[in-house]
Amino acid sequence: MVYQLAAETAAEQDLASFSDHLIIAMIVAYAVALFLFALEAAYGRRTALKGNRLVPVGAAAPAAAGGHGGEASAAAGGSSTVDLDAAPAPGAGGGTGGERDGDDLSFSVRGSEPQASASRNVLGAIALVVAGVGFVLNLAQIVTRGLAADRWPWGNMFEFVVAISLCSVAAFLYAALRYQARYLGTFILLPVVLLLGIAARWLYTETGPLVPALHSYWIAIHVSAAIVATGAFMVSGAAAITYLLSHRTEAKRAMGERVAGIAAKLPSPELLDRVSHRFVVIAFPLWTFAIIAGAIWADEAWGRFWGWDPKEVWSFITWVIYAAYLHARATAGWKGTRSAWIGVLGFAALMFNFFGVNYMFSGLHSYA
Amino acid sequence: MATTSTRKKGDRTDGAGGAGAPGGLSPLGWARWAWRILTSMRTALILLFMLALGAIPGSMLPQRVVSPDQVAQYYTEHPELAPWLERFFLFDVYSSPWYAAIYLLLFVSLTGCVIPRALAHLRLVRARPPKTPRNLGRMPYSARFTTDAEPERVLERGRSVFKRYRLERYGDSLSGETGYLREAGNVVFHVALLGLLVSLAAGYALGYRGNMLVAEGDGFANTLTSYDSFYPGVAADQDELAPFSFTLDSFDAKFVEDGGFSGQAESFRGEMTYKDHPGARERHHTLEVNEPLSVGGVQVYLLGHGYAPEFEVRDGEGEVVFDQPVPFLPRNGDPGQTSDGVVKVPDALPEGLGFEGVFLPTAQERTGEDGESELASVFPSPEDPAVTLTAYAGDLGMRQAQSVYQLDTSRMEELGASETLRPGDTWELPDGAGEITFKGYKDFATLQMTHNPGRLPALLSAALAVLGLLGTLFVRPRRAWVRASAGPDGRTVVEVAGLGKTESTANGQEFHRLATELRDRLREDPAADGPASSKE
Ligand code: HEM
Repeated sequence: MVYQLAAETAAEQDLASFSDHLIIAMIVAYAVALFLFALEAAYGRRTALKGNRLVPVGAAAPAAAGGHGGEASAAAGGSSTVDLDAAPAPGAGGGTGGERDGDDLSFSVRGSEPQASASRNVLGAIALVVAGVGFVLNLAQIVTRGLAADRWPWGNMFEFVVAISLCSVAAFLYAALRYQARYLGTFILLPVVLLLGIAARWLYTETGPLVPALHSYWIAIHVSAAIVATGAFMVSGAAAITYLLSHRTEAKRAMGERVAGIAAKLPSPELLDRVSHRFVVIAFPLWTFAIIAGAIWADEAWGRFWGWDPKEVWSFITWVIYAAYLHARATAGWKGTRSAWIGVLGFAALMFNFFGVNYMFSGLHSYA
Repeated sequence: MATTSTRKKGDRTDGAGGAGAPGGLSPLGWARWAWRILTSMRTALILLFMLALGAIPGSMLPQRVVSPDQVAQYYTEHPELAPWLERFFLFDVYSSPWYAAIYLLLFVSLTGCVIPRALAHLRLVRARPPKTPRNLGRMPYSARFTTDAEPERVLERGRSVFKRYRLERYGDSLSGETGYLREAGNVVFHVALLGLLVSLAAGYALGYRGNMLVAEGDGFANTLTSYDSFYPGVAADQDELAPFSFTLDSFDAKFVEDGGFSGQAESFRGEMTYKDHPGARERHHTLEVNEPLSVGGVQVYLLGHGYAPEFEVRDGEGEVVFDQPVPFLPRNGDPGQTSDGVVKVPDALPEGLGFEGVFLPTAQERTGEDGESELASVFPSPEDPAVTLTAYAGDLGMRQAQSVYQLDTSRMEELGASETLRPGDTWELPDGAGEITFKGYKDFATLQMTHNPGRLPALLSAALAVLGLLGTLFVRPRRAWVRASAGPDGRTVVEVAGLGKTESTANGQEFHRLATELRDRLREDPAADGPASSKE
């Protein structure tokens, strides 16, 4: 309504200013977590990570896990939902290490898991908790802002950045808990804190209503998908960059050079490579969906579903790069450095789409 | 890794198909060779990359499809450079011959590589799992145990434990494969991409787009002549436009009144009555930015909004020669929506009259930069509308086609400028040339009509692409084997092995679970057929 803002209740204003305070709290929490993660990376002990949980393989044990085998005896380790964790990492890296078990079932797993290790100490666990607190603050900030403005809380650059941070951190927390990928903390929180700093300093916009073009439920679908995908791509990008560093360390070691500092304690490259790939696999379909949802929305709002608007062009470019990434891995069998560079390139295109396009080109998509 | 090695041995010809250039081939041989190169996956991907790269200049330079004004502006700012860029179609990148070439080559390449694959896959879907390898111990996952059950019994059990797999018996072993949906998804995805390309092309070729400005109370019938501008696709049938019509009954624009967002548009709403064809029943639609009207296969979109001040003009002889609203175009980026327009009265006597005008929705005096007081609009909705006019008399040059928003004053003489006119005010022109009355104003809407037959096919293809993609990325194809043979001690030796065919299946959890389940079931009841059935 015309008088909406004038009639804004005191409660809504309080909520808006509370939400603004949360921005500071959240940035502080992330920065502290970043600091602690960096300490862990620098001073932790390089510790082997447990096998088989590093990558979500066989994670979704299909159907009927534990549905039968009424005979619970089956001796040691013979339950029907087998977690290979239970077995002392069967000859990780190859070989035919075997494991005698109950009714003399011996098995071997080869080439499945590279030996993986990362720098660890107790600070990392604390950092993870702090990052979790930051995540909750971040979520609260978004929710209160949405309530204060009485609309979906992503309608301008500032709000996008905050939401992307939320998704990156969520993806990271998931990776940390699920795949022991805590070692990525430094590399993910660094861009997150930077982005949030930029957002708070230069992009901040007070809570307010949206332009009519954004009055659509498609904002919930299209923008959310894009934001979640961006968060996952960010984890992948962070892992890819870490990979490249770690790969160099390894190469130097192979040449007989001594490597010192954080570089020496990076997790093994194979692991980073896989994590990076895994998150592209998650993000790519989401990104595809986001583009399609965007096209449907454009069809409703602007009268065409594809109009070569700069934002559309750069989303497409990003999509192609990531498609090439998947292709390179699936069909050309590229792994390692070459595919990591494609991943980094894709991430660069994604960031350019976000910042460059909004500020350098004018298009229908500029709500900056 | 198993994954890589199976890929490298490759059951597919993915590389740059026979990259070695054939020396001394017949023309047919050369053609074959070229076709193989063109339809190789690498070429398709390179073309796809080029499609993306080629899109970049289009995102940096102004494009005619997006904003013709900015192209014109670029021409004035870079008079040297612009013609050069024009030579490479850089202001029309997406309809340029070179972009079309990439697009067409990609299309051919993709067709050539996807269709044979799809056919091959059809055969594959019906294929039986391949023969069991001799040495199962070499598989990424392998297990071995012994049991009292007979080999036949073991394989029977194997069938029920590996029930998700398609199984084939080879001698003393079962060979199984599952996850066919991955390949299927892959084919669906790639074919859907083709479908998307075709739908896009069809939309461009067969569709049309037109712009139109409609004032409150005015009607529109879908004929070529009703459009202000019309852009048909190359193969669009312009004689057979859908025969719909509508009237814009009312239009309402709302703006935020105060606070930091004052002046920002809040909502635009147009009430319209429309008919599918002349004899059809009348229906209603509320037109909003995200609520286009869909009628007769055409979408009608609300693009913008403006004001059309209404004027009545009497000529020097006292006759009313003009009485209608005239749309004035909002100035770009002006927060007060100051609008410019012209009034043309070629039939006035003794001389034609023309006016250049400025419409100010909320007019306010304020001190300009030079210290003079000037009139400006401070708010986009008409709180206190005013008009200022400059009048000209002479020949308007109407015999030539000209824009309705521009007055050609080359053969006219300036009569002077008016005071600020409020609704109802009349300005007596000097020298008894006549008078003009500012009667009021109406809102107008700028509308776009698009007819794009590629919309639904494109949507369908896109949806299929996503489904296919999910299949490709998340279904894990894998093979498993069970072999049962009599051991030296009279017990049966059972070997179970598994192979994940993709990156994400390298791990043996599932195989281990199944192997263990098989072992447990056999131990439970070595001679029975299944948990519920009796001995054979
Ligand atoms: C010449 C044409 C093409 C051929 C022969 C081809 C072939 C393939 C093959 C063999 C796979 C791997 C399937 C598997 O591992 O089971 C694949 C996956 C894929 N292709 Fe293509 N492709 C072509 C063009 C394209 C194009 C133009 C795109 C567009 C972006 C594309 C996107 C993808 C994606 C996203 C995947 C999934 C990657 C994965 O499995 O991780 N492909 N394609």
